[in-house]
Amino acid sequence: MSVQVVLPGVLADLAGGAKHLDVEPGGATLADLLDAVAAQHPTLGRRIRDETGRVRRFVNVYVDGEDVRWQGGLTTAVRDGAVVQVLPSVAGG
Amino acid sequence: MTDLLAIGTRKGLFLARSEDDRHTWTVGGPHLLAQEVAAVSIDTRRRRPRVLAGIQYGHWGPSVVWSDDLGGTWEENDSGAVHFPEDTGAALARVWQLRPDTAERPDVVWAGCEPHSLWRSTDGGCSFSLVRGLWDHPHRPTWEPGGGGGAVHTILPDPATDRVTVAMSAGGVYVSPDGATGWEPRNRGISASFLPEPPEYGQCVHKVAVDAGDPARMYAQNHFGVFRTDDGGGSWTSIAEGLPADFGFPIAASPSVPGTAWVVPLVADMQRVPPDGRLRVHRTRDAGETWTEVGKGLPDAAWTSVLRDAFCVDDGRPTGVYVGTRDGCVYASADEGDTFTLVADHLPDVLAVRAARLP
Repeated sequence: MSVQVVLPGVLADLAGGAKHLDVEPGGATLADLLDAVAAQHPTLGRRIRDETGRVRRFVNVYVDGEDVRWQGGLTTAVRDGAVVQVLPSVAGG
Repeated sequence: MTDLLAIGTRKGLFLARSEDDRHTWTVGGPHLLAQEVAAVSIDTRRRRPRVLAGIQYGHWGPSVVWSDDLGGTWEENDSGAVHFPEDTGAALARVWQLRPDTAERPDVVWAGCEPHSLWRSTDGGCSFSLVRGLWDHPHRPTWEPGGGGGAVHTILPDPATDRVTVAMSAGGVYVSPDGATGWEPRNRGISASFLPEPPEYGQCVHKVAVDAGDPARMYAQNHFGVFRTDDGGGSWTSIAEGLPADFGFPIAASPSVPGTAWVVPLVADMQRVPPDGRLRVHRTRDAGETWTEVGKGLPDAAWTSVLRDAFCVDDGRPTGVYVGTRDGCVYASADEGDTFTLVADHLPDVLAVRAARLP
């Protein structure tokens, strides 16, 4: 099973400069996928989730174009071949 | 001799240098651009000075980074230097304080964080361990957040003993006599006008500083009230008489001149601006018995404020005094506050300043 993770440019440096990562998650949920991302790129993992595992407040994650906050959150199913986008929300000043 | 002034702002870190005994400054940066730098320290105990910064990426969360080449390059612990253990169920919200310990404990660095927590590093700040004695304190669930959040913002390790003092908003002052294992509140005499009865703890202590001549003598700028203790926090008495207002955030004490300390009064908690719009420092030479307005060179018509860590002193002789404002100005004094010169203006709001003399 392989999933493509799409990163914003500001996070790409934490993945060796890659904006697209092909990741093989250990399971079928978004949590499994993000665990696999963090195992390969620990600092990138910390930017997306805090140490309790929650996706940070101003980080949005889309699985095949759907915002996971309105899906199953970290339990959202991630299929083989899915595209998972990580995007900063509109926030700040 | 180079004097280094680290300026943490809402949108990055600036490093200013003076080569003429703190009279003129050259400002470098921004470093860590677009990141909030709420805590900064300059650790001069190392062969190469280390600048430590507590940063907040905004979208991407908080972290601790460090530079051993004065901002040329920055490093970060992959796992996060401050990382709550899983059993706590907590997540780091902000690093409020980074405090190198004394020369006798050269690799020890303390961190004060939000949520209310104290951390200790034994590797110069690359990784920290949660101080369980304070985290597990039975009072902790009832500590309230101040307006800026609930955090340990002041850490005062005693150079001669294992005693550690911390202050937090709004938990008050706590002291550990045994190297941060056991903790007891030390707030008797400190007011808490927002509570119905004088409490054992829960005061909104904004900052605490230790006198140069006696480690048991400390000064506290409280949320209403300025206080002094002569017995390590056993009891506190008001030293606010003679000040134009008893509200403010920072307080600093000279590391070399006993009895000398500074505050930056603001009108009140509902009016957080300098009295009459005149930004001034008030200095005591007698441990708070009397105060004198100083600060020639600080601005009039300055409807701004100075946050608790945007004020510091250095260990020069005479003591240098540094003021950073929420409207992005930084001022330095090489004569213990008598006169100030402008170091920088038009910066983002200044959250923290720290100064050190580099060998």
